Amino acid sequence: MRYLPLSAADRAAMLDVIGAQSVDEFYHDVPEAARLGGKIDGLPDHQGELAVERHMAALAGKNRTASEGPFFVGCGAYKHHVPASVDHIIQRSEFLTTYTPYQPEIAQGTLQTVFEFQSQVAELTGMEVANASMYDGSTAAAEAALMACRVTKRKKVIVSGGVHPHYAETISTACETQGIEVIVLPAAFDDEAALSTYAADDVACLMGQSPNVFGTVTDMTAIADAAHAHKALFVSVFTEVVSLGLVKTPGEMGADIAVGEGQSIGNPLGFGGPYVGLFACSQKLIRQMPGRVCGQTVDADGKRGFVLTLSTREQHIRRDKATSNICTNAGLCSLAFTAHMTLLGGTGLEQLAMLNHEAACDLADALEAVPGVTLKTDRFFNEFAFETPMEAGALLEALDTKGVVGGVRASRVYPGVAELENVVICAATECNTAEGIAAYAKALGEVLS
Amino acid sequence: MTQQTTSGSRGLLQHEGLIFEFGSNDSTGVDLPEPKGRKSRLGGVTRAAKPALPGLSEPEAMRHYVRLSQKNYAIDLGLFPLGSCTMKHNPRLNEKVARMPGFSDIHPLQPMYTVQGALEMIEQLATWLKTLTNMPAVAMSPKAGAHGEWCGMAAIRAALYARGEGETRKRVLVPASAHGTNPATAVQCGFKVQEIRAAEDGRVCIDDLMSKLEGDTSDVAGIMLTNPNTCGLFERDIRKIADAIHEAGGYFYCDGANFNAIVGRVRPGDLGVDAMHINLHKTFSTPHGGGGPGAGPTVLSDALAPFAPVPFIRHDEDGFHLVEDAGTGDAKDSFGRMCAFHGQMGMFTRALTYMLSHGADGLKQVAEDAVLNANYVQAKLKSVMSPAFEGYCMHEALFSDAFLKESGLETIDIAKGLIDEGYHPMTVYFPLVVHGAMLIEPTETESKAELDRFCDALEAVAKAAKAGDEALKSAPYLAPLRRLDETQAARKPILRWTPPEPAEAAE
Repeated sequence: MRYLPLSAADRAAMLDVIGAQSVDEFYHDVPEAARLGGKIDGLPDHQGELAVERHMAALAGKNRTASEGPFFVGCGAYKHHVPASVDHIIQRSEFLTTYTPYQPEIAQGTLQTVFEFQSQVAELTGMEVANASMYDGSTAAAEAALMACRVTKRKKVIVSGGVHPHYAETISTACETQGIEVIVLPAAFDDEAALSTYAADDVACLMGQSPNVFGTVTDMTAIADAAHAHKALFVSVFTEVVSLGLVKTPGEMGADIAVGEGQSIGNPLGFGGPYVGLFACSQKLIRQMPGRVCGQTVDADGKRGFVLTLSTREQHIRRDKATSNICTNAGLCSLAFTAHMTLLGGTGLEQLAMLNHEAACDLADALEAVPGVTLKTDRFFNEFAFETPMEAGALLEALDTKGVVGGVRASRVYPGVAELENVVICAATECNTAEGIAAYAKALGEVLS
Repeated sequence: MTQQTTSGSRGLLQHEGLIFEFGSNDSTGVDLPEPKGRKSRLGGVTRAAKPALPGLSEPEAMRHYVRLSQKNYAIDLGLFPLGSCTMKHNPRLNEKVARMPGFSDIHPLQPMYTVQGALEMIEQLATWLKTLTNMPAVAMSPKAGAHGEWCGMAAIRAALYARGEGETRKRVLVPASAHGTNPATAVQCGFKVQEIRAAEDGRVCIDDLMSKLEGDTSDVAGIMLTNPNTCGLFERDIRKIADAIHEAGGYFYCDGANFNAIVGRVRPGDLGVDAMHINLHKTFSTPHGGGGPGAGPTVLSDALAPFAPVPFIRHDEDGFHLVEDAGTGDAKDSFGRMCAFHGQMGMFTRALTYMLSHGADGLKQVAEDAVLNANYVQAKLKSVMSPAFEGYCMHEALFSDAFLKESGLETIDIAKGLIDEGYHPMTVYFPLVVHGAMLIEPTETESKAELDRFCDALEAVAKAAKAGDEALKSAPYLAPLRRLDETQAARKPILRWTPPEPAEAAE
């Protein structure tokens, strides 16, 4: 076995030092009935690299990749170009094969990158502070809802109909077990504003998304004001972090907590994970924040250094009184995020955001010109919804036969909503070419004619 | 040498500032096409100013991260004996496979018929997990160990509500030796925690446990028990515990963090377990990555399987399908969704690659070598340090600080002394039930020669500490930084970079 260094002679010599006859002695506490004689049935024996690689490659080969042709699927995960150096950086042994920086003297590499990550996320979202990352955007949103309930000591959360339905479900699942009422408003292309009417003295937070799941960009300042008038919090959600290169930030809109998905920067589509959840809030709320946080300090010689801090919130100290049961962050994915963001800088990010927006504008122009197509999103960044006379699933399959992966049928994330049966959500990024966009419009025209 | 250098660097160890201190808001390390300048459709919802984020050219960025990386300890650099974390070698084939475009460049919401290989891959991994644990079902979406704990406890909660006892059964028994995530998870799921004492031998105190299951047990929801436990010992009464909790009407959640010690040799399904999460980043070698991402698939018994979270995969003559909507069809009793999309695919590909590489025979050898290595470390150090308990251990050797009595030194000093010897310290001060605990998990991927070298180093540090070597109190001396002031960090939190105050206009 190529991953096991001990030889038979080593094992014998070691048993000798221990004073045991065989490894079976170490398992003497296992109830007799549960001791397996030989190896487990029904599984193959070990294989060499070549055989394993062939097996996995065969499975990989059955999937259609986003780079094979015109591809316009978004809805919470986005196809972007990641610079080659990013993957090289995250495969450095010292980053890949280390653990949570519990011993800061020999983990300054990880800690400094986390500090830089937190600083970038805070600046990007326009918030005062950020944590070291969460599992993904949806779990970050759920933690934000729980945090709002802790801060306000209230047990009611209002989620707009524009928040990604997977996020809304994740929030509902997490809150239900703690007796928190979650009201998810009906799906709406452009009605984040409806949240304001739900502000009340028993509401912990209003949660709105911009750009929302249909791509609609909204200035949510009035929603934040409505929440604050009732001493409730406003949580601003996003699923496309590249949008923050152009659109109004959660901080500018008066958000108390900003959460979102960071996958677009540094991380591949990867069939949905692992991704990197971004979590930022105002300074005064930091002691209720979930997850890991890195802070600046000095060492015994007075040199600047970084440590994990505010751990009295966390499960390993507080146990049943912890703010969250979270024990990891999205380490390597957040490193990919910060490295890609460092390559972009503010200038590169803004330019990338513009390219995304222009690609989506070009796509909207091209699709709107097709007879039978109605755009459902007025203000958008790189994603919008459109409706046709055809059921969306059938439409997408027909497009696929013409080589175009056209987006997500809205009914996949909103099952059973009749008004959305014919709606497609589609995204365009810097990866989409003019030829691809033209191919989409042409295919759509043929399918609908 | 201790002299200051002009550059702040010392030989191979390069000084490196923050990107905010030397990067410029105008530079960038990517070449993008110029935007065409077409009319915006953002409706005026724009940010006031471009983000003030420094950019670096590619060579500067590479240097920044490589220099920082060299301030990290890592498995590829040396033995990483962090107990309960299972810091084993991360095979590079796993990395190669995870990056195959057929896995890394597919979208979670593209039509299911275009991702049949991905769904089949997840099903193959699920089959391995179910076979290795002898459990009938597995929830694949939990994104880390603690998320898997939450999954298992949420399934228990849903099962209790389905029985009409959700409001009354709120008591969850948790041993004092449990990892902090266990009580935190139980509370997050709406339960109340009742602690069970540890016995003298490091296992759960059976008398205490049984006394808590005497009389009226109509409020008992279940138990969360780690096995092998955090003291590195197998709970020999586990069947009795499982029977007792079932008799009381509760469920048995097993924390599978230490599955590495028994994989291929013992199946949790044979021990009466109802739910158990499996840390793919421990037992199945997916990289720890500086603190994530993890993955925590959770196996479930027949009693809990109907309540599993969405999505899950079903297979019929038309191929593989994701069942995504809770409350309908096969998912009518599902407790809901735990995250967007379908789980940690990138960890699934790595874990399956690892399993195929080892096979059933190799995984059994993994467990045996892990346990052998730990017992070897315990045997080599027991005359110098104080084993916390009598007898053999499983995959990790636990010592108390008893041997430091009257030395004036503490566990932390041993840990920091070990850094100067070129090793990452063991887990310290955990589990809480052992005074000044030092928990050493060498894993199966260490050679005998490396173990000998490590034991020699630790023995030397332990002897120096025992002899009261004051110098250890200020260790480490040879790391990139000396001991850090954690109190200051917590008292006045600085969590982000801010531009320095403009210098006082003194002139």
